[in-house]
Amino acid sequence: MKKFKVWLPFIASAAALAADILLPDGKNSAKVNYYTYFCAAIAVFTLITAVMSVFNDKIRESTSYKGLFRTGVILLIAVIDLLTAKFDVLPMIYFPSPSKVIGVLFEDYELIGKCLLYSARLLLIGFFGGALVGLAAGIAIGFNKHAAYWLNPLVRFLGPIPSTAWIPLVLVVFPDTVSASSFLIALAVWFPTTLMTSSGIQNIANSFFEVSETLGAGTFCKIFKVGVPAAMPSIFIGIFNGTCSAFITLMTAEMIGARYGIGWYVNWQKEMMCYANVYAGLIVIALTFSILITLLFRVKDKLLVWQKGVIKW
Amino acid sequence: MAERCDKMVTTEKSGGALSVKNAVKRFTQPNGEEITALNGVNLEVDSGSFVSFIGPSGCGKSTLLRLIAGLEKPTSGELSLDGVPITKAGYERGLVFQNPTLFSWLTIYDNIAFSLRARGIYKEKKELVNEYLELVGLKDFAGAYPHQLSGGMAQRASIARALVGHPKVLLLDEPLGALDAFTRMNMQDEILRIWREKHMTMIMVTHDVDEAIYLSDKIVVMSPRPAKIEKIISVDIAGKRARNNPEFLRLRSEILEILHFAGKVEEPDYII
Ligand SMILES: Nc1ncnc2c1ncn2[C@@H]1O[C@H](COP(=O)(O)OP(=O)(O)OP(=O)(O)O)[C@@H](O)[C@H]1O
Ligand SMILES: [Mg+2]
Repeated sequence: MKKFKVWLPFIASAAALAADILLPDGKNSAKVNYYTYFCAAIAVFTLITAVMSVFNDKIRESTSYKGLFRTGVILLIAVIDLLTAKFDVLPMIYFPSPSKVIGVLFEDYELIGKCLLYSARLLLIGFFGGALVGLAAGIAIGFNKHAAYWLNPLVRFLGPIPSTAWIPLVLVVFPDTVSASSFLIALAVWFPTTLMTSSGIQNIANSFFEVSETLGAGTFCKIFKVGVPAAMPSIFIGIFNGTCSAFITLMTAEMIGARYGIGWYVNWQKEMMCYANVYAGLIVIALTFSILITLLFRVKDKLLVWQKGVIKW
Repeated sequence: MAERCDKMVTTEKSGGALSVKNAVKRFTQPNGEEITALNGVNLEVDSGSFVSFIGPSGCGKSTLLRLIAGLEKPTSGELSLDGVPITKAGYERGLVFQNPTLFSWLTIYDNIAFSLRARGIYKEKKELVNEYLELVGLKDFAGAYPHQLSGGMAQRASIARALVGHPKVLLLDEPLGALDAFTRMNMQDEILRIWREKHMTMIMVTHDVDEAIYLSDKIVVMSPRPAKIEKIISVDIAGKRARNNPEFLRLRSEILEILHFAGKVEEPDYII
């Protein structure tokens, strides 16, 4: 059974390749049939993994585990190809063939890459700005009565407003769309970070602070060596939530008069009725964001090694 | 990044002399009712001695310890260490809670090094960390996180953490309360050994009469709340280690009698 699962993706991709070559194209076929190359590449890849897993136990383990899923994905794409490129079952404007979507990635990569860079700039400025201000505000609220008195109502009142609701105001106040959009993203990150930082600090057992005092800790030490690390699990939940709302805000902000940006790209191509480009853009967005989230979790695992056991046990 | 407020280094290893004069502590409970935890406690503890507090539950032993640690201010009265009034918590009065409260985000090594780092003297005194790791037998667990230790190991780590800064007074609030009888007896010997080696003043709260006799020079028997000192008993049995020594048994029944007479609040639990 395991052996079979290892070979299944290769069999599926070979079948998809055969179907693509043997069946005649419908009337909306793409100029260059990228899908054929795609199938061929996948077939080569799955063949290599299958052969390697004959010799290597570890690779066999992971290839056979992923076998069914990979097969499913390959078959799904093959079915879409049949429905679009081969039999013209779906309306072609909204449902371009896989070949066309893949083609966009190859032919339009310069513009997509440029858009990614523009989005990255907004996201980075917004994320780090919002996270830093959020951390600072959260620490201040958590440790200082006066800061809590003045900031808490502000956080409670302004925080829950979705940051995109500020668009009308922000467009007036900021000189350009870059600063306006970064500010919106920062706002989206700021609120959950502040909230989870301050509540994380307030939930720390007082005995930690008392122990640190009897060990000679001063205020600085109590805040940054006890309070912040103890609240770190909670802070990370805040930053994670903030990152998710940052993505939402980025997409929305880019649709309001930005020039370039991956969200802008998708929106613009939709207006041009280039749905192949829209799907290509969506695929790029999905890949990028999931890589970013993965990175965030890597950082979390690094910083919270001490917590791992707590979860496990 | 360590705290740099006080760079004073205690070089001498001896303990400090503690004086408590007329200490009164009242708490206001959530329902507005005032309760008196300590009702005029007077106590002198000689430098380098080992003193145990024993008394019924809820009488105010922990409160007295927290006053000495400086974590709590007395409602009235004065506390001083070597003649210097105690106003706030400080490293010269180390405290070990009943629950180890190790910093869960730090390894055992970093937990023990905390005090040195907090005071900005880690660089000069680094070797102390390893010395104390060895003293409490946790050398092999330097890189472990607190959740990877057993209860007794965690308690030893927290004792090492309090000791590494060479406090003049080590305050122990039922440090062995959560341990099984066997680990507990081992830990008692370990505490004795550390005390003999480092000569600091030890003040320990305990529920266990045998433990008090076994470890202390003096046993402070407290009355039920509002706590006063019922009696201070000096222990000087030559062969204290023999728990069936007649003097040991006599002291035990004397203390139990005072506790019964004073409160009948709680039967202390024995460990033999
Ligand atoms: N922060 C506080 N607020 C209100 N009351 C308190 C506070 N701390 C202690 N008390 C009260 O003071 C009394 C003495 O408490 P303490 O913890 O000193 O007792 P204890 O002798 O250590 O008891 P045990 O042996 O059970 O630990 C108790 O009645 C307790 O309810
Ligand atoms: Mg107590």
